[in-house]
Amino acid sequence: MRASGSEIDDPVAAHFADQEQREDAANLGIWLFLTTEVMFFGALFVGFTIYRTHYSSDFVAASRHLDVFLGGLNTLVLLTSSFFMACAVCCANAGNRRGAVRNLAITLVLAIGFLGIKAYEWSTEYHHHLVPGLNFDLPGVATQSAAHQQLFFCFYFIMTGIHAVHMIAGAGVISWLIVHNSRRREPLTATERIRIDATALYWHFVDLVWVFLLPLLYLAGLD
Amino acid sequence: MKTFSLLTVYLILVALLAATLGIAYLPLPGHLKIAAGLAVAVAKAALIVGYFMQLRDQRGLVRVFAGAGLFWLCLLFALTAGDYLTRNWG
Repeated sequence: MRASGSEIDDPVAAHFADQEQREDAANLGIWLFLTTEVMFFGALFVGFTIYRTHYSSDFVAASRHLDVFLGGLNTLVLLTSSFFMACAVCCANAGNRRGAVRNLAITLVLAIGFLGIKAYEWSTEYHHHLVPGLNFDLPGVATQSAAHQQLFFCFYFIMTGIHAVHMIAGAGVISWLIVHNSRRREPLTATERIRIDATALYWHFVDLVWVFLLPLLYLAGLD
Repeated sequence: MKTFSLLTVYLILVALLAATLGIAYLPLPGHLKIAAGLAVAVAKAALIVGYFMQLRDQRGLVRVFAGAGLFWLCLLFALTAGDYLTRNWG
């Protein structure tokens, strides 16, 4: 979105006709990347859905081992971080560099909070012998059923793990944006605003993935 | 987008999160609960994409790209389910 006000239009690279075309290209580029991310996560969701329907009762039983409170809390943390990220974009579009930095910093704190809660969950699951390939053991459960439950935990760790990798990458970029922008006092340039816009789109997408992970992984086992 | 309407969207998202957690604890049949949980997730996704990601304000080409992602995701689900979920028919 084009900004108004005190923004500086920095020089446009030779392969762009003008500032507007450059912004459209940057915006379209990040949306294209997110489309490939939809395919990437989509494959995992499809795989999960197939096994979820085939081994329905075992997947429900396995899901009961997850902590619904922490899963719900993390959803709240992530939705809140997305809100502050949207506020950062709002500030950047108004040329308010300090406001953008403030909102990015809150987003980063919430991202670290999310990862902390996730790490705590994983360590609890490790201590409960729920990690496939490391220590998976369900005493008192029939071999075949335990194998199906182990499959659930394969999906759980891979999906939440890849999601966490996306969070860490996003948190890294947000940290860089904070460091870069907190040292400067002059009005935002178009380049700097585009960077904040692009990071925000990615961040909201990562939030979006989690919105679907919550009901599929955590809420399946409740009654 | 004004901060006020962002806050409104955020509050609706939190309400939907509360709804999805509430539905999960209701004494409903399993498949109904999954359907309800996913319906709420789709509503949340629409709010995030439409307002936080500002797809509403985007031009045609960006909408086509976002729509293509959704379209191929549907294709992925429909064709895979068309195989696996119909193997025991007849």
